[in-house]
Amino acid sequence: MSKANILFDDGTIYEAEANLSGKTVIGEIVFNTSMTGYQEILTDPSYASQIVIMTYPLIGNYGVRDEYTESNKIQASAFIIRENAETHIEGIKSLSDYLAENEILCINNIDTRKLTKIIRSSGSRNCLITTEGIKENHKKMLKEYEFPKDIVAQVSEKKTETIKTTKKRNTDFAIIDYGVKKGIVNQLLNAGADVTIYPYNIDAETILKKGHKAVMLSNGPGDPKDVNIETVKKLLGKIPIYGICLGHQISALALGGDTYKLKFGHRGANHPVIDTRSGKVIITSQNHGYAVDEGTLPKECKITYKNINDGTVEGFCHREIPLECVQFHPEGGPGPEDAGEIFAKWVKSVSKETEDA
Amino acid sequence: MPKDKTIKKVIVIGSGPIIIGQAAEFDYAGTQACKSLREEGIQVVLLNSNPATIMTDDDIADRVYIQPLNLEALEYIIKRERPDGILAAIGGQTGLNLVTEAYKKGILEKYKVKILGTTIDAIQKAEDRESFKNLMIEIGEPIAKSEIIEDIESAVKFAEDAGYPIVIRPAYTLAGTGGGIVHNESELREIMYQGLTASPIGQVLAEESVAGWKEIEYEVMRDSNDTAITICNMENIDPVGIHTGDSIVVAPSQTLSDKDYQKLRKASLKIIKALKIEGGCNVQFAFNPENGEYVVIEVNPRVSRSSALASKAAGYPIAKVTAKIAIGMHLHEIINYVTGKTMASFEPSLDYVVVKIPKWPFDKFGYANRNLGTQMKATGEVMAIDRTFESAFLKALICLEGTVIGYRSKKHEHLSQQELIEKLSKPDDERIYAISSALRRNMTVEELHKITKIDKWFLYKFENIINTERQLKTEEFTVEMLKKAESMGFTDDEICSLSGKPKFFIDTLRRAHGIYPVHKMVDTCAAEFEAQTPYYYSTYEEEDENIITDNEKVIVIGSGPIRIGQGIEFDYCSVHAIQGIKDNGYESIIINNNPETVSTDFDIADKLYFEPLFIEDVSNVIRQELPKGVILQFGGQTALNLAPKLLKRGVQILGTSVESINVAEDRKRFEMLLKELKIKQPKSMAVTKTEEALKAASKIGYPVLLRPSYVTGGRAMKVVYNDKELITYMREAVQISPEYPVAVDQYIEGKEFEVDMVCDKTDILIPGITEHIEKAGVHSGDSFCVYPHQTLSETVVNKALKFSEKIAKALQVIGLMNIQFIAKDDDVYVIEVNPRASRTVPIMSKVTKVPMVKLAVNIMFSKSLKSYNYGVGLLPKTNLVAVKAPVFSFQKLPDVDIALNAEMKSTGEVLGIDNCYEKALIKAFMASGISFRDKNNVLVSVCQKDFKKSISILKKMQELGFTISADINDKQLFEKQGLKIISIDKSNLKNISEKFKSGEINIIFNLPEKDGFPTSPDFGLRELSVRYRIPCFTCIDTINAFLQAWEYKKENPLLEYKTIEEYMN
Repeated sequence: MSKANILFDDGTIYEAEANLSGKTVIGEIVFNTSMTGYQEILTDPSYASQIVIMTYPLIGNYGVRDEYTESNKIQASAFIIRENAETHIEGIKSLSDYLAENEILCINNIDTRKLTKIIRSSGSRNCLITTEGIKENHKKMLKEYEFPKDIVAQVSEKKTETIKTTKKRNTDFAIIDYGVKKGIVNQLLNAGADVTIYPYNIDAETILKKGHKAVMLSNGPGDPKDVNIETVKKLLGKIPIYGICLGHQISALALGGDTYKLKFGHRGANHPVIDTRSGKVIITSQNHGYAVDEGTLPKECKITYKNINDGTVEGFCHREIPLECVQFHPEGGPGPEDAGEIFAKWVKSVSKETEDA
Repeated sequence: MPKDKTIKKVIVIGSGPIIIGQAAEFDYAGTQACKSLREEGIQVVLLNSNPATIMTDDDIADRVYIQPLNLEALEYIIKRERPDGILAAIGGQTGLNLVTEAYKKGILEKYKVKILGTTIDAIQKAEDRESFKNLMIEIGEPIAKSEIIEDIESAVKFAEDAGYPIVIRPAYTLAGTGGGIVHNESELREIMYQGLTASPIGQVLAEESVAGWKEIEYEVMRDSNDTAITICNMENIDPVGIHTGDSIVVAPSQTLSDKDYQKLRKASLKIIKALKIEGGCNVQFAFNPENGEYVVIEVNPRVSRSSALASKAAGYPIAKVTAKIAIGMHLHEIINYVTGKTMASFEPSLDYVVVKIPKWPFDKFGYANRNLGTQMKATGEVMAIDRTFESAFLKALICLEGTVIGYRSKKHEHLSQQELIEKLSKPDDERIYAISSALRRNMTVEELHKITKIDKWFLYKFENIINTERQLKTEEFTVEMLKKAESMGFTDDEICSLSGKPKFFIDTLRRAHGIYPVHKMVDTCAAEFEAQTPYYYSTYEEEDENIITDNEKVIVIGSGPIRIGQGIEFDYCSVHAIQGIKDNGYESIIINNNPETVSTDFDIADKLYFEPLFIEDVSNVIRQELPKGVILQFGGQTALNLAPKLLKRGVQILGTSVESINVAEDRKRFEMLLKELKIKQPKSMAVTKTEEALKAASKIGYPVLLRPSYVTGGRAMKVVYNDKELITYMREAVQISPEYPVAVDQYIEGKEFEVDMVCDKTDILIPGITEHIEKAGVHSGDSFCVYPHQTLSETVVNKALKFSEKIAKALQVIGLMNIQFIAKDDDVYVIEVNPRASRTVPIMSKVTKVPMVKLAVNIMFSKSLKSYNYGVGLLPKTNLVAVKAPVFSFQKLPDVDIALNAEMKSTGEVLGIDNCYEKALIKAFMASGISFRDKNNVLVSVCQKDFKKSISILKKMQELGFTISADINDKQLFEKQGLKIISIDKSNLKNISEKFKSGEINIIFNLPEKDGFPTSPDFGLRELSVRYRIPCFTCIDTINAFLQAWEYKKENPLLEYKTIEEYMN
C-alpha cells in the first residue's frame, strides 16, 4: 500500500491509497454506477485510456474469473474504489492480484461519492494519478494531455478471426472491431451466427467479397469522430449494418449525422430506454461519453429508442437501407440483458432476408 | 396509458392490527398509497381496524372507517360509498385475503368495484402452491421438489421419496406460521399436524430442503405496459432455513457476481411478467454458491415487509408507485420523487451498504424458545446505512437498543467451547454474538463457515471487526486507530472500554483532529443526478453533503423498532409531532432507524436522519443542526431514556423538563410527591434483596405486584401471591436490572382506568377517560378498554380529574402525560404516571378529534391550551363509544403462555366503534379475530381461588344455551352448583384436539392458578387453543364482556359501519 495523489485539471489534489508504487497515470476520469460487474468494466475496451470510479463502495467482493472478462486484458488505465472488499476464497483469484499482475493502478480509501459529484457537476475531465508525489511537471503533463485519437487502433485486434457458432447456424456476421466486447461476439454466436472479426481499418471490399450476410459495427472507446468512417460509408446499402455504442455513433456519422460529447456520459446498468415503436420500456447497460444528435440525422432515419432520463437517442434505423443500431449494450456484461433479444432479432432478420433472396 | 379516468373513488384496505409478520410496514404502505391516489385527484375511502396508524388519520383519506376487516363491514361500506375501485395490494396478507373473499362471494361484481392493480387471478396463481408450481414449470423456472399435501401419511411418503430434510409450508398463512424444517419422521409428523391446523384450507406444501443455500430476494415492480424493473435486491446473511423476517439482511447483495445478479434479476422479471403483477412484488430465491444453481422459493404478489425495507434502502417509494400503477399509470410516466427530474422507470443504484437486523421479543419472553426457523418470531426491525459493511452492521446492532455498545455479549464469552459450537449450529437470535465470540477465540472463518453456512465474505467482515477490537485492546492508541475504529462503526463507549482510555481522551482527539462523521444522502442514483430528498446517513468520510439551513429547527427522536410495549403508536405520535413542528413554522427533523414506519418516509419531515437512537449518533446530528430544541416525549421510553444524556450535553429538551421526568420515574421521589399532594397510591416499598422483598410483602400483605424501576411495557412486572412465587421472581428480576431496585406494590383488585392529557403550565385537557374492562392485574396494553368510561362514579371521575391537575401542576408538565388509576369503591389510587405520549394517544386523538400531539407541540412553543377551541378539563362525552381490543401473536411464539398477567404480551390492537358499548364491544371482538357463533361449546378449567367467581359466568352461559365441558375431576364440583357438565379428560390433549376440530369445544374459559410460565397448569391446553385458533379467555372480565356482546348480538344481529364523525354527532 502506498500513498497516491489525484491531480485534477483545475489544480485540486486529493490524497488516497494505491495498490502499486512508482506509477503515474493520466486519463479521462469517469464514473460507473453498476453495483456489480467490476471485472467486466475493467476489461471492456470502451474504457481504454479512462480512469474509472466505481460508485458502489465495496468492490472485489466475489473475486475475478476468466469467464467475466470482456476482452483479453484490463483496458481501463486506472481504477478508483472506496474499498477493496475482497475476501480470500480458495481457488478464486482476488481483485488485488489481478490488478497487480496487470500492473493497473487502483486507488482506494477515497470518498468516491465526492469525486462522482465533482464529475457530475463539472462534466468529464482529465486527471493525473501518481504514487510519486505531485511534481512540477505533472501539472504540465496534465495540461498537455489529450485523449489518444488512435485509441481504437490501440484496442482493435490486428488479425482477422472467424468463429463458428455451436448453435444451429442461421447466418454469418462480420464484426468490425473498434474494441469489441466478448459479450457481443458471444451473443451473436448464441443467436446462431458465424462471426468473423475484422480489425477496425478493414476495407469494405474485403468484407463484401467474403459474402457475409451482415456487418456489426462494434462498441469501442473514444470520440467517434476520431474513427475513419469511409469503410462504413461504402458498406451502406450494400449489406445490412448493425451498430452498438460506438458502432451506433459511427453509423450516424456515416449517414451524415453528427455526434456530440455528453456532459459526463452514461455509465451504468440502470438506464431506462423506451422503444418508440412499441412504447415498451427496458433497463439497459450503458457506457458511452458521446451521443448522436437527433436533429442531424437524415430524415430517412427513424428513432427506435430514446433515453427516458435525458431524451438522448438510444437507437435508430434507416427506412430505406438495412441499418439498425443502438447506443446501449443489449448484451449487458455487466448489467441487465432486457434488450438481449435484439441479437436474435437481428440475426433472424438477416437470415430471413437471405431466405427471401 | 395514462391513468384510468373511470376511477374516481377508491377503497383502500389496511392490514389491521400489528402482529408478528405484519407490522408497521403496512401503515407506511397504506399511507403512501392513499397520498399517491389523492395526488391524482382520486377520492379515497379507507378501511382499517387498527387505530394506531397514520393511514387512519383524517388528512390521509377522504373517508376513514375504523371498522373490522371482515366481509360484513366491507360490503356495508362498499354499498354506501360505491367506490369505483378497490386497492388490495397494500394491506398485507390480511387485506389481500379480505378482498379475495369479497371477490369470490361476488360482492365486488355486485357493486361494480374494480380490483385495481394485480388481479385476483394473478394473486391466486402466486399464492396457491400448486398453480404457482405449474406456472414455474411452464416458464422454466426451477423450484424445489414439492408436493401439496393434505394429510400426514402422504407427507411421510413424499419425504421418503425426496429425502430429509423437508420443509413444511402451510398454505395461506402469515410469515410461514405453523411450518418448519423437519429432519426425520417424528418431527415431520409433529410439524405436519401444526401446519395442517394453521392453514385455513388444511393444506401444506412439503418441499425438498435447500437449507444452507444463500437466500436472495428481489423487489420488483411491473406496470400494465409490461415494464418490469428491480428496485433492490437483498442478501440474507443467514442462509436459507431462517425466515427472511428473522434474518440479518444486507442490501444490495454482496457476494453475487454480475452474472449471478443478472441471472436472478432476469428470473424475477420473467416471473412477475408471467404472473402479470401490476405493482410491487417480492421474489425469493435459494442460490447454491457451489454451482450457481437456484430455485424460486416464493413470490409475494403484493407490497410486503421486504418492500418497505427496499423502499427505505433504495429511496424508492414502492407503495406510492404501486398505487399509481394500480390506476393505470406507467412507470415511465411517474416521476422519481427523489430526483424530481428522472422517472420511476429505472433501477436504483446504491452507493452505500444497508444492514437490517430483526428485533425479537425474547427480552420479554425470557423463557421462550429462541431458536429461529421458517416461522418468523421478530416483532420489528432496524436498519442502518453506511459506506462500509462493518459500520452499517455495527450501527444496526446499536439500533437494537440493548445494553450492547459493540459486537460483544458477555453471555457468550462465558460459554464453553462445546456450548458455543452448539449455539453456532442451532441458529437463534443471538447467533451473531456466538460468531463474534468464536472469532475472538480464534476459530477460523473456514470453521465458522462449515458450521453456519454463512458466506465467508460476511465472516471475514466480522473478523475485521474483531481484529480491530484486538488492536484497540493491545496496540498503542493513536489518532489513526481512532479514525479506523470510528469509520468501522465502533461506538466511543466501546472504544473506551476496549482501549481503557477515558472518554475525555477520545473527545480531545476528536476535537483536535476534527474526527466527526459527515452526512451523506440517499439519492437512488449513486450521485449521478442531483437529488431533492433530505434523507441522510452518517459516515466517516470526506465530503459532508448535509445542507444545514438558516431556519430554526426542532428535532424529534423516534421510537426505534416495533417491540412489545412500544409499538406503532409512537411512530404515529412522532409523525404528528413533525407536522406540529412544521405548523409552528420550524424546520422539522426526525432521527429514527425503523425502516417499516411512516416517520422514516423521506417526505414526512423536512429532514430525515436514518441513525441509531444512541447518544453519540444523536449528538452528531445535534452538533451540526444546532436545533432550537429536541422533542423526546413522543418516541416512547427509547427517546425518553436519552433525556439525561442530552441534558448533560447542554441540549434544550422541549416540553416537560428532564427534572420533572426524573421525579415521575423515580419511585421514591414520586411517592413523596404524591404524599405531599395527598394522593393515594398503592403501598409500595423499594427493595434490592430478596429478604427485603419478603419482609415488604408481609408488611403490605399478599398479593403484591413486583416491578423493577425504569420499565418499558411492564417488562418483568408480576403479581405474586406467596413467598415462593416472590422468591422465584426476585431471582429473575434482579438479574434483569441490577442497578435499579425492585418495587413491591400493594395489589389492589379494583377498576383500572387511565387518562391521557395535554398540559400547559396552567391547565390540562383530558379528551376522555378509558376504562379497562379487565380488573387491575392485567397489563393495560393487554386489556380491553372502553372510551368513554362506563362504570366509574362521578366521585371517582372528579377525583381523577383533580389528581391529574395536581400532578400536572407539580411536575410542570408541558405537553403530554398519561396517568393510570385504580378505583376501589370511591377510593382512587394513582398507579403510574408517564410524562410522555402513551399507547392510547392515537386512539384518544381519533375518537375525540382532539389532535393531542399537535396541541402538545404547540404548547411546547409557548401557546396555551385556552387559546384553542378544544376546551380545558375533562371534555364531555359524545355519542361515540369505542372499545379497544388487544391482539396477540401467540401463533408465532408457541411456547409463550397466553394467560394474561401484569407483563404485556400483545403486539397490536384494534378498535370497535359504535354508538353503544355493546355494539362497540362486538366490533372489537370481531376485529380482534374472535367470532360470534350460534352454537358455543365451552371447556372450563378454573383454579380453586377463582372457582366461586366463575360460577355466575358459567350459569349465564348455560342460560344462553352454551354447552359446558369440564375435566372429569371437576365435574362434581360444578354440578353441585347446578351446572350441567359434559365430562372430559383435560390431560388427554389428543382427545381435546379432536374436539377442537369437530367443534365440540370452541371456547376455552381458563383461569390458571399461577401465571407466566410454561410450567403452570393448563399450559398445554392453552397452547393447543392457539394452534387451533380457539378463543381462550384467561380473565373473568373478558369472558364476561364476550357474553355481554354475544347476548346483544343475538338480539340485534345487524350492525352499521360508519365513520367516526357520524358516531360523534
